[in-house]
Amino acid sequence: MSTVVIAICVLLGLAAVFGIILGYAAVKFKVEGNPIVDQIDGLLPQTQCGQCGYPGCRPYAEAIANGDAINKCPPGGQSTVEALADLLDVEAVPLDAVEETVKKVAYIREDECIGCTKCIQACPVDAILGAAKQMHTVITAECTGCDLCVEPCPVDCIDMLPLETTLNNWKWDAPRPGIELIATDAGRGTEQRGAA
Amino acid sequence: MGKVFAFHGGIHPPENKKQSTRTPIAIAPIPEVLTVPIQQHIGIPAKVLVNVGDQVLKGQMIAAAEGRISASVHAPTSGKVVDISMQPVPHASGLSAQCVVIETDDQEQWSDTQGLADYTALSKPELIDFIRDKGIAGMGGAGFPTDVKLHLGDDHIVNTLIINAAECEPYITADDMLMRERADRIVRGIEVIHHLLKPHHVVIGIEDNKAHAIRVLEEQLKGHPLNIDIVVVPTKYPSGGEKQLIKLLTGVEVPSGGIPADVGIVCQNVGTAAAISDAVFDGKPLISRIVTITGDAARKPQNFEALIGTPFDTLLEAADVDRNALSRLVCGGPMMGFTINDGSIPVIKTSNCVIAATADEMPPAPPAQACIRCGMCEQVCPAELLPQQLHWFAKSRELDKAKHHNLFDCIECGACAYVCPSSIPLVQYYRFAKSEIRNEEAEQRKAELAKQRFEARLARQEQEKLEKEARRKARAADAAKAQAQKAAAPVSQPASSEDELKKLKTAAAVARTKLKKAQTALDKAKADGGDDIAQLDLQFQQAQQASDKAAAALASAEAGQTDAVKPAVDTKQLKTAAAVARTKLKKAEKALASAEEKGQDDLDALRATVKELTQKADAAQQALEQADSGTSAPAVPDTKQLKTAAAVARTKLKKAQSALALAQEQGADNADELAKTVAELEAKAATAQAAFDAAESGSSSAQPQDKTADLQADVDKAKQTLEKAQKALTAAQASGSPAVDKMRAGVEKLEKKYQDAVTALQAVKGSTEKPAAEPELDLKALKQTVSIMRTKLKKAEKALAEAPDDAALADEVARLTQSHDEAKQAFEAGEAKQIEQAAAQGVDLKQLKIDAAMARAAVTKIERAIKKASEQDSDLRELETELVGAQQHADKLNTTLSQFE
Repeated sequence: MSTVVIAICVLLGLAAVFGIILGYAAVKFKVEGNPIVDQIDGLLPQTQCGQCGYPGCRPYAEAIANGDAINKCPPGGQSTVEALADLLDVEAVPLDAVEETVKKVAYIREDECIGCTKCIQACPVDAILGAAKQMHTVITAECTGCDLCVEPCPVDCIDMLPLETTLNNWKWDAPRPGIELIATDAGRGTEQRGAA
Repeated sequence: MGKVFAFHGGIHPPENKKQSTRTPIAIAPIPEVLTVPIQQHIGIPAKVLVNVGDQVLKGQMIAAAEGRISASVHAPTSGKVVDISMQPVPHASGLSAQCVVIETDDQEQWSDTQGLADYTALSKPELIDFIRDKGIAGMGGAGFPTDVKLHLGDDHIVNTLIINAAECEPYITADDMLMRERADRIVRGIEVIHHLLKPHHVVIGIEDNKAHAIRVLEEQLKGHPLNIDIVVVPTKYPSGGEKQLIKLLTGVEVPSGGIPADVGIVCQNVGTAAAISDAVFDGKPLISRIVTITGDAARKPQNFEALIGTPFDTLLEAADVDRNALSRLVCGGPMMGFTINDGSIPVIKTSNCVIAATADEMPPAPPAQACIRCGMCEQVCPAELLPQQLHWFAKSRELDKAKHHNLFDCIECGACAYVCPSSIPLVQYYRFAKSEIRNEEAEQRKAELAKQRFEARLARQEQEKLEKEARRKARAADAAKAQAQKAAAPVSQPASSEDELKKLKTAAAVARTKLKKAQTALDKAKADGGDDIAQLDLQFQQAQQASDKAAAALASAEAGQTDAVKPAVDTKQLKTAAAVARTKLKKAEKALASAEEKGQDDLDALRATVKELTQKADAAQQALEQADSGTSAPAVPDTKQLKTAAAVARTKLKKAQSALALAQEQGADNADELAKTVAELEAKAATAQAAFDAAESGSSSAQPQDKTADLQADVDKAKQTLEKAQKALTAAQASGSPAVDKMRAGVEKLEKKYQDAVTALQAVKGSTEKPAAEPELDLKALKQTVSIMRTKLKKAEKALAEAPDDAALADEVARLTQSHDEAKQAFEAGEAKQIEQAAAQGVDLKQLKIDAAMARAAVTKIERAIKKASEQDSDLRELETELVGAQQHADKLNTTLSQFE
């Protein structure tokens, strides 16, 4: 009988000790905010374009953390959807829009600009330079290509132009998987025969 | 001779070097047009210094290095800049880049450049800057700016300087030929580098397939003061790779992600050493290099010293390339080079070889087949990576995993692809994966930047919002302050109202003058005893009324602006008049008294005079009261005086009474007369008291409590006097005095006086309804009086209950009850009267108040609108008109309201 009592006492004591430790840890190591939101935000492209229906990337990250769909980010494309699916351990779904294949940046036709500053106010990353009644211009390096500036322009002088490929941002294409080619494919076949 | 170590892997492709070493280095012909890219190196593009149309001399800098990792560009020969534009450049992408196009003039006119007579005379940084100015970049293939490498001695301990002369890639013989022909320059270049880096030990690593070059170098280094070793390494691709050569010569491995300087080693190409020598000793910038033109399609494969910017076509022509046989043009070696499709692409600082290959020589890659996991790629990889794994990762775009498998340690040597039995283009996969990762990292950086900027913008917007709010609040506070000031400060009347005030003052003065005149006339008539005294008196009173009216008008005009100074003067005058009247009355009374004593005949006449004078004095007193009630501020001293007057009257009365008592006791004859005098005095005292009360109620309703208290005190005093008289009477009755009847009459009179005082108190209480300034306060005072009365009544009743036999007490209780009831009635009447007053004129007081407030609000609103509008200067006039209208309306309402308040 006494052994049972001792066992119960020991177990209760242990429970109390661990309870205190856990309670202390819960207070001491409390995580501020929702870390998953930061992680999601880190995966989003930060164009702040609002195409997801939220005013910026972070609000969308918060919405995803609260259970919104992960496929609403056209600038991020399918790769972002997959990264989010990986992070959140959910199934990757097809993108809810046409993926933006080419990176674009805004370009102001400066001759036509009337200096209304409407695009400056619209730009979420302050990438447009100018003042009232002065010509505006886009700082290409800062432009995220969100095209939020196109709509407010009263004279339609803003174009979204594909980012020019230079030696610095050129990248190698993925090699075509050789398995897709057969010896009789155009060009290849004759070369092969010629070589033989 | 140092010991040779070994590196992992490597391959032994056919060398194909002999074709191009048969003839010495030829000077390439100068083409008509040189296309000089401004970026021929790794790092930041140089900044163009020339304009289209400029004449340039050979060796003149045409683009300056910008930033730390950059190299300047010089004009390869003299000529004219004809274009600065995007031109195709030797790059795997086949893209165009900014180039300076120079039309040559065959003059070869040098710019003013000079070498250094003694490079050791310069400080190291100066010497490095000198080399930097000569635009020297690594000639081995990567084109890393050499000056950056020469600075490595600053923050690294450099033990070993390795001169890379391995030139392991097949076909290329540019360095071989350079060593054969210009070994002296190479050695001089090594001396300069040695001077700058001060290594313990210099090693020239050279493959054993360059026997001629080795011999020449050894000869050159015979008896050389510096510790320079030539280490012959076995021919194995890629022994010329920097890290591989370091491993071969020193056995040290450069850590992943590090640079050779981290392990105390700096590597320079022989071509770079020769270029440094040219720059330092001859002052010749890097404007030409040795290019191997080889391949089966070239009939005269050889090395050319070609100017930078020379199109490949010119060199191909010089090498007599068979265009029909040419199937592929490869820039660089067969392992690491890239195919170019455009013969106009120029030679740059890193172009060491152009292979004009025939179809047989370099057939197109056969279709890739599935990986059979043979592992041969792993065996040949000089970087000891797992090419197969990297291939899978790159193929499935698992870039993170590829990165974790040290993808970035891959030197893209192509050994794995060379040995792959499935002909998988492995290097392409790695290049693709690398550029994808770099791109992603760049995007990540950009995203981070965008995020920062977005957050900064949000923070700024928030800040602006707060500031706006703060400004708005400050404005509101200012407005409230202004409003409060406006309310506190008396409504400063416009100029027109001041004029009105003046007129009123004048009118008041005129009225006063008339009053004085009337008074004088009246006095005179009275003195003369004329018949028209009554008429004059009437006139005087009329004048007095007019004066009062004028004074009142003036006071009301001045109300709110300043204290009514003038009306104060008026009341003073009135007071004086009243005092005069009193004095006259006294004199008349004295005269009457003396006449009575003397038993004169004209006693009746005198009595009439006294009566008249009394009336007059009363009238003056009334006038004073009216004036006092008209004004308000100076009322306090007046009431004081009045009080004094009342007190004086009372004292006189007392004296007379005591005299009367004495006379009655002595049974004097003149007791009757004295009794009369006492009665008169009593009346006078009562009037004075009444006047004082009236004045006080009219003026200082601000101190209603004091006033009522005073009145109460008066009433109490009267009561005491009465009681004393009653006592005296009872004493007289007890002693059986003959004057008992008279005394009784006196007591009765005292009783009357007491009643009068009570009535006066009630009148004062009643009159509190009239003063409109603070009717509520007066009402309050009335209420208080009522409550005081009630208390007193209760006390008296209590006393009565204790001594039920006391008739006097019973009487008093009855009186008190009566006075209490009266006070109560007065209070109720006062309360009702105010509302009635307003209702009588058909105005709802409440509604009026609300309307006035609304009107005031409208005025403020319009004022604000005007303020705003004046800032925006739009339809100001309209608003102003509106404001004036609203102000008028508000003023009207306010005036109406003030009538009732």
